[in-house]
Amino acid sequence: MSVNMDNMVKVFERPRSLTDAQFSYCPGCHHGLVTRIIAHTIDELGIQDRAVIVASVGCSVTMYEWFRCDGIQAAHGRACAVATGIKRVNSNLIVFTYQGDGDLAAIGTAESIHAANRGENITVIFINNQIYGMTGGQMAPTTLLGQRATSCPDGRNAQLAGYPIRFAEVIAQLDAPVYVTRQALYDQKRIMAASRAIKKAFQCQIDGKGYSLVEILTNCPTNWRMSPVESNSYVMNQVVGTFPLGDLVDRG
Amino acid sequence: MTGNEAMAEAAICAGCRAYFGYPITPQNEILEYMATRMPGVGGAFIQAESEVAAINMCYGASAAGVRTMTSSSSPGISLKMEGISYLAGADLPCVIINVARGGPGLGNISPAQGDYFQATKGGGHGDYRMIVLGPATIAEAIEMVMLAFDLADKYRVPVMILSDGMLGQMMEPITLPEPVDPASLPGKPWALTGARGRHPNVVTSYAIDPGDLSQINTKRQSRYHQIEEKEVRYRETETSDATIVIVAYGTVARIARTAVRMARSQGIKLGMMQPITLWPFPYAPLRTLSSRVNTILTVEMSAGQMIEDVRLAVADRAETPFYGEVGGLVTTPKDILREVKRNVS
Repeated sequence: MSVNMDNMVKVFERPRSLTDAQFSYCPGCHHGLVTRIIAHTIDELGIQDRAVIVASVGCSVTMYEWFRCDGIQAAHGRACAVATGIKRVNSNLIVFTYQGDGDLAAIGTAESIHAANRGENITVIFINNQIYGMTGGQMAPTTLLGQRATSCPDGRNAQLAGYPIRFAEVIAQLDAPVYVTRQALYDQKRIMAASRAIKKAFQCQIDGKGYSLVEILTNCPTNWRMSPVESNSYVMNQVVGTFPLGDLVDRG
Repeated sequence: MTGNEAMAEAAICAGCRAYFGYPITPQNEILEYMATRMPGVGGAFIQAESEVAAINMCYGASAAGVRTMTSSSSPGISLKMEGISYLAGADLPCVIINVARGGPGLGNISPAQGDYFQATKGGGHGDYRMIVLGPATIAEAIEMVMLAFDLADKYRVPVMILSDGMLGQMMEPITLPEPVDPASLPGKPWALTGARGRHPNVVTSYAIDPGDLSQINTKRQSRYHQIEEKEVRYRETETSDATIVIVAYGTVARIARTAVRMARSQGIKLGMMQPITLWPFPYAPLRTLSSRVNTILTVEMSAGQMIEDVRLAVADRAETPFYGEVGGLVTTPKDILREVKRNVS
Protein backbone atom coordinates (compact mmCIF):
# COMPACT_ATOMS: atom_id res chain seq x y z
CA MET A 1 0.00 0.00 0.00
CA SER A 2 1.40 3.38 -0.88
CA VAL A 3 1.03 6.30 1.54
CA ASN A 4 0.63 9.82 0.33
CA MET A 5 2.82 11.87 2.69
CA ASP A 6 1.18 15.10 1.52
CA ASN A 7 -1.96 14.24 3.41
CA MET A 8 -0.16 13.33 6.63
CA VAL A 9 0.18 15.68 9.58
CA LYS A 10 3.30 15.26 11.65
CA VAL A 11 2.25 14.98 15.29
CA PHE A 12 5.51 13.79 16.83
CA GLU A 13 9.11 14.40 15.88
CA ARG A 14 12.57 14.69 17.31
CA PRO A 15 12.84 18.12 18.95
CA ARG A 16 14.84 20.50 16.78
CA SER A 17 16.84 21.62 19.81
CA LEU A 18 18.34 18.14 20.19
CA THR A 19 21.57 17.27 18.40
CA ASP A 20 22.09 13.89 16.77
CA ALA A 21 24.41 12.78 19.57
CA GLN A 22 23.32 9.61 21.30
CA PHE A 23 22.32 9.80 24.97
CA SER A 24 24.72 8.07 27.34
CA TYR A 25 21.93 7.03 29.70
CA CYS A 26 21.06 3.44 30.60
CA PRO A 27 18.05 1.83 28.89
CA GLY A 28 14.80 2.80 30.60
CA CYS A 29 16.27 5.71 32.50
CA HIS A 30 14.06 8.76 32.91
CA HIS A 31 16.96 11.15 32.24
CA GLY A 32 16.45 10.69 28.51
CA LEU A 33 12.78 11.45 28.88
CA VAL A 34 13.38 14.68 30.79
CA THR A 35 16.05 15.73 28.30
CA ARG A 36 13.58 15.25 25.50
CA ILE A 37 10.85 17.17 27.32
CA ILE A 38 13.22 20.09 27.91
CA ALA A 39 14.26 20.11 24.24
CA HIS A 40 10.62 20.05 23.19
CA THR A 41 9.89 22.92 25.56
CA ILE A 42 12.79 24.94 24.14
CA ASP A 43 11.34 24.36 20.64
CA GLU A 44 7.83 25.33 21.69
CA LEU A 45 8.97 28.51 23.40
CA GLY A 46 11.33 29.39 20.56
CA ILE A 47 14.31 29.96 22.85
CA GLN A 48 16.95 27.68 21.31
CA ASP A 49 19.14 30.69 20.47
CA ARG A 50 18.80 32.20 23.97
CA ALA A 51 18.99 29.08 26.13
CA VAL A 52 22.08 28.26 28.17
CA ILE A 53 22.34 24.85 29.80
CA VAL A 54 24.22 24.57 33.06
CA ALA A 55 25.17 20.92 33.30
CA SER A 56 26.12 19.51 36.67
CA VAL A 57 28.12 16.51 37.86
CA GLY A 58 26.46 13.13 37.64
CA CYS A 59 24.94 11.08 34.84
CA SER A 60 23.96 14.29 33.02
CA VAL A 61 27.48 15.71 33.07
CA THR A 62 27.60 16.07 29.27
CA MET A 63 24.04 17.39 28.97
CA TYR A 64 25.26 20.22 26.72
CA GLU A 65 26.23 17.74 24.00
CA TRP A 66 22.60 16.90 23.32
CA PHE A 67 21.31 20.42 22.78
CA ARG A 68 21.76 22.89 19.96
CA CYS A 69 22.17 25.53 22.66
CA ASP A 70 25.11 27.12 24.44
CA GLY A 71 26.17 25.14 27.48
CA ILE A 72 28.52 25.07 30.42
CA GLN A 73 29.68 22.40 32.80
CA ALA A 74 29.58 23.38 36.47
CA ALA A 75 31.59 21.97 39.38
CA HIS A 76 29.72 19.49 41.58
CA GLY A 77 26.92 21.33 43.38
CA ARG A 78 27.74 24.77 42.00
CA ALA A 79 25.32 24.92 39.07
CA CYS A 80 23.01 27.50 40.68
CA ALA A 81 25.94 29.82 41.40
CA VAL A 82 27.20 29.43 37.82
CA ALA A 83 23.71 30.08 36.45
CA THR A 84 23.49 33.16 38.68
CA GLY A 85 26.74 34.53 37.23
CA ILE A 86 25.56 34.05 33.65
CA LYS A 87 22.07 35.44 34.14
CA ARG A 88 23.24 38.50 36.09
CA VAL A 89 25.50 39.66 33.26
CA ASN A 90 23.12 38.80 30.40
CA SER A 91 19.46 38.83 31.36
CA ASN A 92 18.40 38.09 27.77
CA LEU A 93 19.68 34.52 28.11
CA ILE A 94 17.34 31.78 29.34
CA VAL A 95 19.48 29.96 31.87
CA PHE A 96 18.60 26.63 33.40
CA THR A 97 20.40 24.10 35.56
CA TYR A 98 19.91 20.36 35.40
CA GLN A 99 21.00 18.74 38.65
CA GLY A 100 20.66 15.46 40.44
CA ASP A 101 19.87 14.92 44.11
CA GLY A 102 23.50 14.63 45.17
CA ASP A 103 24.47 17.73 43.25
CA LEU A 104 21.56 19.94 44.26
CA ALA A 105 20.58 18.65 47.69
CA ALA A 106 23.90 17.48 49.21
CA ILE A 107 27.11 19.10 48.00
CA GLY A 108 25.29 22.07 46.47
CA THR A 109 22.87 22.78 49.31
CA ALA A 110 24.16 26.29 49.98
CA GLU A 111 24.28 27.37 46.32
CA SER A 112 20.86 25.83 45.64
CA ILE A 113 19.11 27.50 48.57
CA HIS A 114 20.68 30.92 48.16
CA ALA A 115 20.06 31.21 44.43
CA ALA A 116 16.40 30.45 45.22
CA ASN A 117 16.37 32.87 48.13
CA ARG A 118 17.75 35.68 45.98
CA GLY A 119 15.02 34.91 43.51
CA GLU A 120 17.46 34.52 40.64
CA ASN A 121 15.52 34.53 37.40
CA ILE A 122 16.63 31.02 36.45
CA THR A 123 15.00 27.62 36.04
CA VAL A 124 16.20 24.67 38.09
CA ILE A 125 15.42 21.13 36.93
CA PHE A 126 16.00 18.79 39.85
CA ILE A 127 16.29 15.09 39.05
CA ASN A 128 15.48 13.14 42.21
CA ASN A 129 16.22 9.44 41.71
CA GLN A 130 17.27 8.84 45.31
CA ILE A 131 20.70 7.54 44.38
CA TYR A 132 24.14 8.51 43.09
CA GLY A 133 23.92 6.97 39.63
CA MET A 134 27.18 7.87 37.95
CA THR A 135 29.43 6.85 40.84
CA GLY A 136 27.75 3.48 41.17
CA GLY A 137 24.71 3.63 43.43
CA GLN A 138 25.68 5.26 46.72
CA MET A 139 23.17 6.73 49.17
CA ALA A 140 21.74 10.12 48.23
CA PRO A 141 20.25 12.76 50.54
CA THR A 142 16.89 11.67 49.10
CA THR A 143 17.36 7.90 49.51
CA LEU A 144 14.24 6.45 51.13
CA LEU A 145 14.37 4.94 54.62
CA GLY A 146 15.21 1.29 54.28
CA GLN A 147 16.31 1.69 50.66
CA ARG A 148 19.55 -0.11 49.93
CA ALA A 149 22.53 1.61 48.34
CA THR A 150 26.18 0.64 48.05
CA SER A 151 27.05 2.95 50.94
CA CYS A 152 24.10 1.81 53.07
CA PRO A 153 24.01 -1.89 52.21
CA ASP A 154 21.45 -2.68 54.93
CA GLY A 155 19.16 0.09 53.82
CA ARG A 156 19.05 3.72 54.94
CA ASN A 157 18.89 3.92 58.69
CA ALA A 158 17.52 7.21 60.03
CA GLN A 159 19.63 7.01 63.18
CA LEU A 160 22.82 6.85 61.14
CA ALA A 161 21.95 8.77 58.00
CA GLY A 162 18.91 10.87 58.79
CA TYR A 163 15.82 11.11 56.62
CA PRO A 164 15.26 11.72 52.93
CA ILE A 165 15.32 15.48 52.43
CA ARG A 166 12.29 17.07 50.76
CA PHE A 167 14.13 19.79 48.94
CA ALA A 168 11.20 21.27 47.08
CA GLU A 169 9.52 21.81 50.46
CA VAL A 170 12.68 23.49 51.76
CA ILE A 171 12.70 25.85 48.77
CA ALA A 172 8.96 26.42 49.15
CA GLN A 173 9.59 27.98 52.60
CA LEU A 174 11.40 30.89 50.96
CA ASP A 175 9.67 34.10 49.93
CA ALA A 176 11.31 34.60 46.54
CA PRO A 177 10.59 31.51 44.40
CA VAL A 178 7.66 31.96 42.00
CA TYR A 179 7.09 28.36 41.03
CA VAL A 180 8.06 25.20 42.94
CA THR A 181 6.62 21.87 41.97
CA ARG A 182 7.25 18.13 42.24
CA GLN A 183 6.46 15.90 39.28
CA ALA A 184 6.94 12.28 38.22
CA LEU A 185 7.14 10.31 34.97
CA TYR A 186 5.78 6.87 35.83
CA ASP A 187 2.83 7.03 33.44
CA GLN A 188 1.58 9.02 30.47
CA LYS A 189 -0.53 11.32 32.58
CA ARG A 190 2.44 12.17 34.76
CA ILE A 191 4.66 12.75 31.75
CA MET A 192 2.17 15.23 30.34
CA ALA A 193 1.91 16.99 33.71
CA ALA A 194 5.70 17.14 34.07
CA SER A 195 5.96 18.58 30.56
CA ARG A 196 3.47 21.31 31.44
CA ALA A 197 5.37 22.07 34.65
CA ILE A 198 8.68 22.40 32.83
CA LYS A 199 7.12 24.68 30.25
CA LYS A 200 5.59 26.82 32.97
CA ALA A 201 8.94 27.08 34.77
CA PHE A 202 10.67 28.31 31.61
CA GLN A 203 7.80 30.69 30.91
CA CYS A 204 8.26 32.21 34.38
CA GLN A 205 11.84 33.02 33.46
CA ILE A 206 10.95 34.38 30.03
CA ASP A 207 8.38 36.65 31.67
CA GLY A 208 11.00 37.86 34.15
CA LYS A 209 9.05 36.58 37.13
CA GLY A 210 11.95 34.88 38.90
CA TYR A 211 13.16 31.59 40.28
CA SER A 212 11.44 28.29 39.60
CA LEU A 213 12.23 24.71 40.62
CA VAL A 214 10.83 21.59 39.02
CA GLU A 215 11.69 18.52 41.07
CA ILE A 216 11.12 15.35 39.09
CA LEU A 217 10.94 11.91 40.72
CA THR A 218 12.88 9.70 38.36
CA ASN A 219 14.12 6.14 38.31
CA CYS A 220 17.49 4.44 38.18
CA PRO A 221 16.82 0.90 36.94
CA THR A 222 20.54 0.07 36.92
CA ASN A 223 21.33 1.00 40.50
CA TRP A 224 17.91 0.14 41.88
CA ARG A 225 18.44 -3.34 40.36
CA MET A 226 15.00 -3.23 38.72
CA SER A 227 13.59 -3.47 35.24
CA PRO A 228 12.37 -0.12 33.86
CA VAL A 229 8.76 -1.29 34.30
CA GLU A 230 9.38 -2.32 37.93
CA SER A 231 11.08 0.99 38.56
CA ASN A 232 8.04 2.91 37.32
CA SER A 233 5.80 0.97 39.71
CA TYR A 234 8.26 1.59 42.51
CA VAL A 235 8.14 5.37 41.96
CA MET A 236 4.33 5.24 41.88
CA ASN A 237 3.88 2.98 44.91
CA GLN A 238 6.86 3.81 47.15
CA VAL A 239 8.67 7.02 46.25
CA VAL A 240 5.57 9.20 45.99
CA GLY A 241 4.76 8.25 49.60
CA THR A 242 7.84 10.12 50.79
CA PHE A 243 7.80 12.79 48.09
CA PRO A 244 4.21 13.92 47.44
CA LEU A 245 3.51 15.26 43.96
CA GLY A 246 2.08 18.64 43.07
CA ASP A 247 2.72 22.37 43.11
CA LEU A 248 4.13 23.78 46.35
CA VAL A 249 4.44 27.40 45.27
CA ASP A 250 2.69 29.06 42.38
CA ARG A 251 3.14 32.81 42.32
CA GLY A 252 3.43 32.72 38.54
CA MET B 1 41.92 55.79 49.14
CA THR B 2 42.86 52.51 50.81
CA GLY B 3 44.65 49.91 48.76
CA ASN B 4 41.53 47.77 48.75
CA GLU B 5 39.35 50.60 47.41
CA ALA B 6 41.99 51.55 44.86
CA MET B 7 42.16 47.98 43.53
CA ALA B 8 38.37 47.90 43.29
CA GLU B 9 38.26 51.19 41.38
CA ALA B 10 41.10 50.01 39.13
CA ALA B 11 39.01 46.96 38.28
CA ILE B 12 36.12 49.22 37.26
CA CYS B 13 38.57 51.27 35.15
CA ALA B 14 39.73 48.02 33.51
CA GLY B 15 36.18 47.31 32.39
CA CYS B 16 35.26 44.80 35.08
CA ARG B 17 31.47 44.56 35.10
CA ALA B 18 30.88 41.59 37.38
CA TYR B 19 32.07 41.22 40.96
CA PHE B 20 31.09 38.50 43.41
CA GLY B 21 32.51 38.30 46.91
CA TYR B 22 32.06 37.34 50.53
CA PRO B 23 33.11 39.28 53.63
CA ILE B 24 36.47 38.45 55.18
CA THR B 25 38.99 40.73 56.87
CA PRO B 26 41.21 42.40 55.66
CA GLN B 27 39.60 42.66 52.20
CA ASN B 28 36.07 43.85 53.09
CA GLU B 29 36.58 47.29 51.53
CA ILE B 30 36.75 45.72 48.06
CA LEU B 31 33.35 44.06 48.53
CA GLU B 32 31.86 47.24 50.04
CA TYR B 33 33.29 49.48 47.35
CA MET B 34 31.94 47.24 44.61
CA ALA B 35 28.50 47.18 46.26
CA THR B 36 28.36 50.95 45.88
CA ARG B 37 30.18 51.34 42.58
CA MET B 38 29.03 48.45 40.39
CA PRO B 39 25.36 49.41 39.99
CA GLY B 40 26.40 52.86 38.73
CA VAL B 41 28.32 51.37 35.81
CA GLY B 42 25.63 48.81 35.01
CA GLY B 43 27.63 45.88 36.31
CA ALA B 44 26.67 42.87 38.41
CA PHE B 45 27.38 42.72 42.14
CA ILE B 46 26.40 39.96 44.53
CA GLN B 47 27.42 39.33 48.11
CA ALA B 48 27.50 35.57 47.73
CA GLU B 49 26.65 32.94 50.33
CA SER B 50 30.27 31.77 50.39
CA GLU B 51 33.60 32.16 48.65
CA VAL B 52 32.81 28.91 46.85
CA ALA B 53 29.62 30.39 45.44
CA ALA B 54 31.38 33.67 44.58
CA ILE B 55 34.08 32.05 42.47
CA ASN B 56 31.47 29.93 40.70
CA MET B 57 29.43 33.05 39.92
CA CYS B 58 32.65 34.39 38.41
CA TYR B 59 32.91 31.17 36.38
CA GLY B 60 29.43 31.81 34.98
CA ALA B 61 29.85 35.54 34.34
CA SER B 62 33.24 35.07 32.72
CA ALA B 63 31.82 32.33 30.50
CA ALA B 64 29.18 34.84 29.42
CA GLY B 65 32.01 37.06 28.18
CA VAL B 66 32.21 39.79 30.84
CA ARG B 67 35.34 40.96 32.67
CA THR B 68 34.90 39.42 36.09
CA MET B 69 36.57 39.65 39.48
CA THR B 70 36.38 38.25 42.99
CA SER B 71 38.46 38.98 46.05
CA SER B 72 39.08 37.41 49.40
CA SER B 73 41.74 36.79 52.01
CA SER B 74 43.74 33.63 52.66
CA PRO B 75 41.15 31.26 54.24
CA GLY B 76 38.60 32.38 51.66
CA ILE B 77 41.09 31.90 48.84
CA SER B 78 41.49 28.28 49.97
CA LEU B 79 37.75 27.87 49.40
CA LYS B 80 38.05 29.41 45.95
CA MET B 81 40.70 26.94 44.86
CA GLU B 82 38.16 24.47 43.46
CA GLY B 83 36.68 27.21 41.30
CA ILE B 84 40.10 28.47 40.19
CA SER B 85 40.97 24.97 38.98
CA TYR B 86 37.71 24.89 36.99
CA LEU B 87 38.39 28.37 35.54
CA ALA B 88 41.82 27.18 34.43
CA GLY B 89 40.38 23.93 33.09
CA ALA B 90 37.68 25.72 31.11
CA ASP B 91 40.13 28.40 29.83
CA LEU B 92 38.21 31.24 31.42
CA PRO B 93 39.70 34.63 32.25
CA CYS B 94 39.09 35.94 35.77
CA VAL B 95 40.88 38.21 38.22
CA ILE B 96 41.20 37.11 41.84
CA ILE B 97 42.58 39.42 44.53
CA ASN B 98 44.06 37.83 47.64
CA VAL B 99 44.53 40.34 50.43
CA ALA B 100 46.58 37.80 52.32
CA ARG B 101 46.64 37.38 56.10
CA GLY B 102 48.34 35.20 58.69
CA GLY B 103 47.77 31.46 58.55
CA PRO B 104 47.46 28.51 58.48
CA GLY B 105 43.86 27.89 59.48
CA LEU B 106 42.11 30.95 60.84
CA GLY B 107 45.53 32.44 61.68
CA ASN B 108 45.01 36.16 62.13
CA ILE B 109 44.18 39.28 60.16
CA SER B 110 47.71 40.67 59.98
CA PRO B 111 49.62 40.93 56.69
CA ALA B 112 51.51 37.79 55.66
CA GLN B 113 53.02 36.09 52.64
CA GLY B 114 52.26 32.50 53.55
CA ASP B 115 50.08 31.97 50.45
CA TYR B 116 52.92 32.08 47.91
CA PHE B 117 53.00 28.31 47.45
CA GLN B 118 49.21 28.16 47.08
CA ALA B 119 49.18 30.97 44.52
CA THR B 120 52.17 29.98 42.40
CA LYS B 121 52.39 26.19 42.65
CA GLY B 122 48.83 25.11 42.06
CA GLY B 123 46.59 25.39 45.09
CA GLY B 124 43.71 23.73 43.32
CA HIS B 125 43.82 20.30 41.69
CA GLY B 126 45.23 19.42 38.30
CA ASP B 127 47.96 20.59 35.94
CA TYR B 128 47.32 24.29 35.71
CA ARG B 129 49.02 27.63 36.16
CA MET B 130 47.76 31.01 37.23
CA ILE B 131 49.51 34.30 36.52
CA VAL B 132 50.35 35.84 39.91
CA LEU B 133 51.21 39.52 40.34
CA GLY B 134 52.70 40.93 43.56
CA PRO B 135 52.21 44.69 44.03
CA ALA B 136 54.33 46.55 46.61
CA THR B 137 52.51 49.89 46.57
CA ILE B 138 49.00 51.08 45.84
CA ALA B 139 50.19 52.66 42.59
CA GLU B 140 51.63 49.29 41.55
CA ALA B 141 48.44 47.54 42.65
CA ILE B 142 46.35 49.77 40.37
CA GLU B 143 48.70 49.17 37.45
CA MET B 144 48.66 45.42 38.09
CA VAL B 145 44.89 45.16 38.33
CA MET B 146 44.65 46.81 34.89
CA LEU B 147 47.33 44.46 33.57
CA ALA B 148 45.67 41.45 35.20
CA PHE B 149 42.45 41.89 33.20
CA ASP B 150 44.39 42.25 29.94
CA LEU B 151 46.53 39.16 30.61
CA ALA B 152 43.53 37.12 31.73
CA ASP B 153 41.69 37.88 28.47
CA LYS B 154 44.75 37.53 26.26
CA TYR B 155 45.70 34.08 27.54
CA ARG B 156 42.29 32.98 28.85
CA VAL B 157 43.69 32.21 32.31
CA PRO B 158 42.83 33.20 35.86
CA VAL B 159 45.15 35.92 37.20
CA MET B 160 45.76 36.52 40.89
CA ILE B 161 46.84 39.74 42.55
CA LEU B 162 48.75 38.51 45.61
CA SER B 163 48.44 41.46 47.92
CA ASP B 164 48.36 41.49 51.72
CA GLY B 165 46.61 43.16 54.64
CA MET B 166 49.19 45.96 54.80
CA LEU B 167 48.66 47.03 51.22
CA GLY B 168 44.90 46.55 51.43
CA GLN B 169 44.47 48.75 54.50
CA MET B 170 47.02 51.53 53.93
CA MET B 171 46.19 54.85 52.27
CA GLU B 172 48.25 56.62 49.64
CA PRO B 173 47.56 59.40 47.14
CA ILE B 174 46.97 57.83 43.78
CA THR B 175 46.31 58.62 40.16
CA LEU B 176 43.61 56.55 38.54
CA PRO B 177 44.06 55.26 35.01
CA GLU B 178 41.87 56.16 32.04
CA PRO B 179 38.75 53.99 32.22
CA VAL B 180 38.37 51.32 29.56
CA ASP B 181 35.03 51.11 27.79
CA PRO B 182 34.05 47.41 27.97
CA ALA B 183 32.44 47.74 24.53
CA SER B 184 35.85 48.61 23.07
CA LEU B 185 37.47 45.38 24.26
CA PRO B 186 38.21 42.56 21.78
CA GLY B 187 35.27 40.20 21.25
CA LYS B 188 35.07 36.76 22.84
CA PRO B 189 33.69 34.46 20.15
CA TRP B 190 33.81 31.52 22.59
CA ALA B 191 31.47 33.16 25.12
CA LEU B 192 27.97 31.97 25.98
CA THR B 193 25.75 34.54 24.33
CA GLY B 194 23.07 32.28 22.87
CA ALA B 195 23.55 30.03 19.82
CA ARG B 196 22.03 32.45 17.33
CA GLY B 197 23.25 31.86 13.77
CA ARG B 198 26.25 29.88 14.95
CA HIS B 199 27.16 26.51 16.40
CA PRO B 200 26.61 26.21 20.15
CA ASN B 201 29.46 27.31 22.38
CA VAL B 202 30.41 25.01 25.22
CA VAL B 203 32.48 25.92 28.26
CA THR B 204 33.76 22.87 30.07
CA SER B 205 36.81 21.37 31.73
CA TYR B 206 35.49 17.85 31.18
CA ALA B 207 37.00 15.42 28.66
CA ILE B 208 36.33 11.79 29.53
CA ASP B 209 38.68 10.45 26.85
CA PRO B 210 42.32 10.53 28.05
CA GLY B 211 43.48 11.26 24.49
CA ASP B 212 41.20 14.30 24.30
CA LEU B 213 42.20 15.59 27.74
CA SER B 214 45.86 15.09 26.92
CA GLN B 215 45.47 17.16 23.76
CA ILE B 216 43.56 19.93 25.55
CA ASN B 217 46.08 20.04 28.39
CA THR B 218 49.07 20.04 26.05
CA LYS B 219 47.60 22.97 24.14
CA ARG B 220 47.08 24.83 27.40
CA GLN B 221 50.63 24.08 28.51
CA SER B 222 51.95 25.64 25.31
CA ARG B 223 50.04 28.80 26.25
CA TYR B 224 51.72 28.67 29.66
CA HIS B 225 55.12 28.44 27.93
CA GLN B 226 54.23 31.53 25.93
CA ILE B 227 53.40 33.33 29.15
CA GLU B 228 56.75 32.26 30.62
CA GLU B 229 58.53 33.62 27.56
CA LYS B 230 56.69 36.92 27.21
CA GLU B 231 55.24 38.02 30.51
CA VAL B 232 58.03 37.85 33.10
CA ARG B 233 58.16 41.17 34.95
CA TYR B 234 60.50 42.35 37.70
CA ARG B 235 62.23 45.47 38.96
CA GLU B 236 65.89 45.87 39.84
CA THR B 237 67.07 48.63 42.18
CA GLU B 238 70.74 49.54 42.67
CA THR B 239 71.94 46.21 41.37
CA SER B 240 74.60 47.40 38.89
CA ASP B 241 77.43 47.53 41.43
CA ALA B 242 75.82 45.45 44.20
CA THR B 243 77.64 42.69 46.04
CA ILE B 244 74.52 41.63 47.90
CA VAL B 245 70.98 41.72 46.57
CA ILE B 246 67.66 41.33 48.36
CA VAL B 247 64.90 39.44 46.61
CA ALA B 248 61.51 40.48 47.94
CA TYR B 249 57.99 40.95 46.61
CA GLY B 250 54.90 42.83 47.73
CA THR B 251 54.92 44.67 51.04
CA VAL B 252 58.38 43.32 51.90
CA ALA B 253 59.77 44.84 48.70
CA ARG B 254 58.41 48.21 49.76
CA ILE B 255 60.08 47.89 53.17
CA ALA B 256 63.29 46.62 51.61
CA ARG B 257 63.53 49.70 49.35
CA THR B 258 64.11 51.75 52.49
CA ALA B 259 66.67 49.23 53.68
CA VAL B 260 68.53 49.64 50.37
CA ARG B 261 68.69 53.43 50.87
CA MET B 262 69.89 53.01 54.46
CA ALA B 263 72.55 50.50 53.40
CA ARG B 264 73.78 52.69 50.56
CA SER B 265 74.16 55.66 52.93
CA GLN B 266 76.39 53.44 55.05
CA GLY B 267 78.51 52.36 52.07
CA ILE B 268 77.06 48.86 51.77
CA LYS B 269 76.60 47.85 48.14
CA LEU B 270 73.08 46.55 48.54
CA GLY B 271 70.64 46.15 45.67
CA MET B 272 67.19 44.66 45.29
CA MET B 273 65.30 42.55 42.84
CA GLN B 274 61.51 42.66 43.11
CA PRO B 275 59.67 39.97 41.17
CA ILE B 276 56.46 41.54 39.83
CA THR B 277 55.21 38.31 38.28
CA LEU B 278 55.50 35.60 40.93
CA TRP B 279 54.37 33.21 38.23
CA PRO B 280 56.00 33.29 35.77
CA PHE B 281 58.91 33.77 38.18
CA PRO B 282 61.90 35.76 36.85
CA TYR B 283 64.29 32.80 36.94
CA ALA B 284 66.50 33.94 34.04
CA PRO B 285 67.13 37.54 35.20
CA LEU B 286 67.86 36.28 38.70
CA ARG B 287 70.27 33.69 37.31
CA THR B 288 72.12 36.43 35.41
CA LEU B 289 72.22 38.62 38.48
CA SER B 290 73.46 35.82 40.70
CA SER B 291 76.63 35.34 38.66
CA ARG B 292 77.82 38.88 39.45
CA VAL B 293 76.98 39.17 43.19
CA ASN B 294 78.14 37.23 46.24
CA THR B 295 74.88 36.96 48.10
CA ILE B 296 71.17 36.85 47.28
CA LEU B 297 69.16 37.42 50.47
CA THR B 298 65.52 36.44 50.24
CA VAL B 299 63.18 38.26 52.62
CA GLU B 300 59.58 37.19 53.09
CA MET B 301 56.76 37.44 55.60
CA SER B 302 56.67 33.64 55.73
CA ALA B 303 58.85 30.78 56.89
CA GLY B 304 60.37 30.65 53.39
CA GLN B 305 58.35 29.97 50.27
CA MET B 306 59.63 32.14 47.40
CA ILE B 307 63.15 31.17 48.56
CA GLU B 308 62.61 27.84 46.78
CA ASP B 309 62.23 29.62 43.45
CA VAL B 310 65.19 31.87 44.23
CA ARG B 311 67.39 28.84 44.94
CA LEU B 312 66.21 27.17 41.72
CA ALA B 313 67.36 30.23 39.80
CA VAL B 314 70.59 30.88 41.68
CA ALA B 315 71.77 27.31 42.32
CA ASP B 316 75.34 27.59 43.68
CA ARG B 317 76.29 30.79 41.86
CA ALA B 318 75.82 32.83 45.06
CA GLU B 319 74.99 32.41 48.74
CA THR B 320 71.22 32.25 49.29
CA PRO B 321 70.40 33.08 52.91
CA PHE B 322 66.81 33.63 54.04
CA TYR B 323 65.19 36.00 56.48
CA GLY B 324 61.52 35.74 57.32
CA GLU B 325 58.89 36.92 59.78
CA VAL B 326 55.95 34.62 60.47
CA GLY B 327 52.57 34.84 62.16
CA GLY B 328 51.55 38.21 60.73
CA LEU B 329 54.56 40.11 62.09
CA VAL B 330 55.79 42.78 59.69
CA THR B 331 59.49 43.15 59.13
CA THR B 332 61.17 46.60 59.33
CA PRO B 333 63.96 48.24 57.27
CA LYS B 334 66.17 48.03 60.38
CA ASP B 335 65.58 44.28 60.70
CA ILE B 336 66.40 43.79 57.04
CA LEU B 337 69.56 45.91 57.28
CA ARG B 338 70.70 43.85 60.28
CA GLU B 339 70.30 40.69 58.20
CA VAL B 340 72.16 42.29 55.31
CA LYS B 341 75.07 43.21 57.58
CA ARG B 342 75.15 39.72 59.03
CA ASN B 343 75.55 38.38 55.51
CA VAL B 344 78.20 40.80 54.20
CA SER B 345 80.64 40.48 57.09
